[in-house]
Amino acid sequence: MDKALQVSAIKDGTVIDHIPAERLFDVITILELDSCKEMITFGTNLDSKRMGQKAIIKVANRFFQGQEINKIALIAPHAKLNTIKNYHVVEKRVVEIPEEITNIVKCFNPKCITNHEAITTRFGVESKKPIELRCMYCEKITSEKQIVIK
Amino acid sequence: MMLAFFMLLTEKINRMHPKNLISITDFSKDDYLKIMELAAEFEKEPNQDLLKGKVVASLFFEPSTRTRLSFETAITRLGGRIIGFTDSSSSSVTKGETLHDTIRMVSNYADMIVMRHPLEGSARYASQISGVPVINAGDGANQHPTQTLLDMYSITKTQGRLDNINIFLVGDLKYGRTVHSLLQALSVFDNPIFNFVAPPELAMPIEYKRFLDSKGIRYFEHTEFNDIISEADIIYMTRVQKERFNDPIEYEKVKNIYILKNSMLENTKPTMKILHPLPRINEIHTDVDSNPKAYYFTQALNGLYTREAIISHIMGLK
Repeated sequence: MDKALQVSAIKDGTVIDHIPAERLFDVITILELDSCKEMITFGTNLDSKRMGQKAIIKVANRFFQGQEINKIALIAPHAKLNTIKNYHVVEKRVVEIPEEITNIVKCFNPKCITNHEAITTRFGVESKKPIELRCMYCEKITSEKQIVIK
Repeated sequence: MMLAFFMLLTEKINRMHPKNLISITDFSKDDYLKIMELAAEFEKEPNQDLLKGKVVASLFFEPSTRTRLSFETAITRLGGRIIGFTDSSSSSVTKGETLHDTIRMVSNYADMIVMRHPLEGSARYASQISGVPVINAGDGANQHPTQTLLDMYSITKTQGRLDNINIFLVGDLKYGRTVHSLLQALSVFDNPIFNFVAPPELAMPIEYKRFLDSKGIRYFEHTEFNDIISEADIIYMTRVQKERFNDPIEYEKVKNIYILKNSMLENTKPTMKILHPLPRINEIHTDVDSNPKAYYFTQALNGLYTREAIISHIMGLK
């Protein structure tokens, strides 16, 4: 593989690596990066030994709290966060699936009230591996394969 | 463990609002026992003016006979007044009004809301919007907690206990909300034994079996009735509900499989009782009706006392 830098470096900010390539735009949506005014660069379909293909996002001057970044754990469970200060990695973190998922995922149950009225969805995490989410309203389980981002 | 977490979370939501009954797991073992005690009191004296001066909204967004009539009788016997509708065609839903707006409006008028709605989770949502307590009288295929409490009262009355009950759940165990709630409720009592009798297409969902596994509760699965029903304290029959099937052919294939007949009851315990949430189609042969073990019509009557007990408990009247 070509060792050249495929996504340009940032001075200060956050690098989110090891995102499944097909989930890049879901991650952008969940983290609301589409409305972020800072410089953002991203690459997708990059070669990865472990994942085959991956995506990476670099956000300048933006630092994420655990709670905020853990929202992406559902769709990018192996994502790694590098906090960059003055071009140096000062912290490495992995994402963790939170105990409760709020307003990220749609309930898979077509008869659930959340699919019929404008409601903030809420799920309790029933299992982390494989991911199973129990809807706080209809009480049905949305499995990992059924996860659709709102 | 995770189901326990979920129960904690729903409890947390519930505490943030007036006390409601949305899911059977909203109530603790103490609540169950309190309802049993109050229901027995109301059975002795059904007419008590505890709701005098109060208005209860009875919002039935889909048709119901037993549940609606027993709730409305319970409210009347408690001295309360009823407002509401018996199906959504006579409400502003036909004009496109959201559930949110209907509940906001009604909770300004009434002291309590009793609600049945075809969408799952609608009662939980209503309880978050409403400023007054909400009782779930059935939200689609999800929960019907007042049915479970009247089932528990029927078990208490006929067996004298809720501990050590060997119960056979028969029929539609996949879609049948009553069996799921009853399973959850009985699991807080000592040493229940569950026997599931259902065709593979309508078997008890894996999540409920995992729940029992996590609590170390014994259960057995059967695909047909056999001699083992001689061990039963309760046989709980359910209707294979046509409206829960997307494919009518699937319904036709299974509807006649599990029919209880009088001849099958010969070797059962003398104290055994047959329960059914009703309406019955053909899953209990009419020759069972005259057998003293048939309890389903009395069970429906118990619904009145149990619902008086639930309303009083939630409103803090007793």
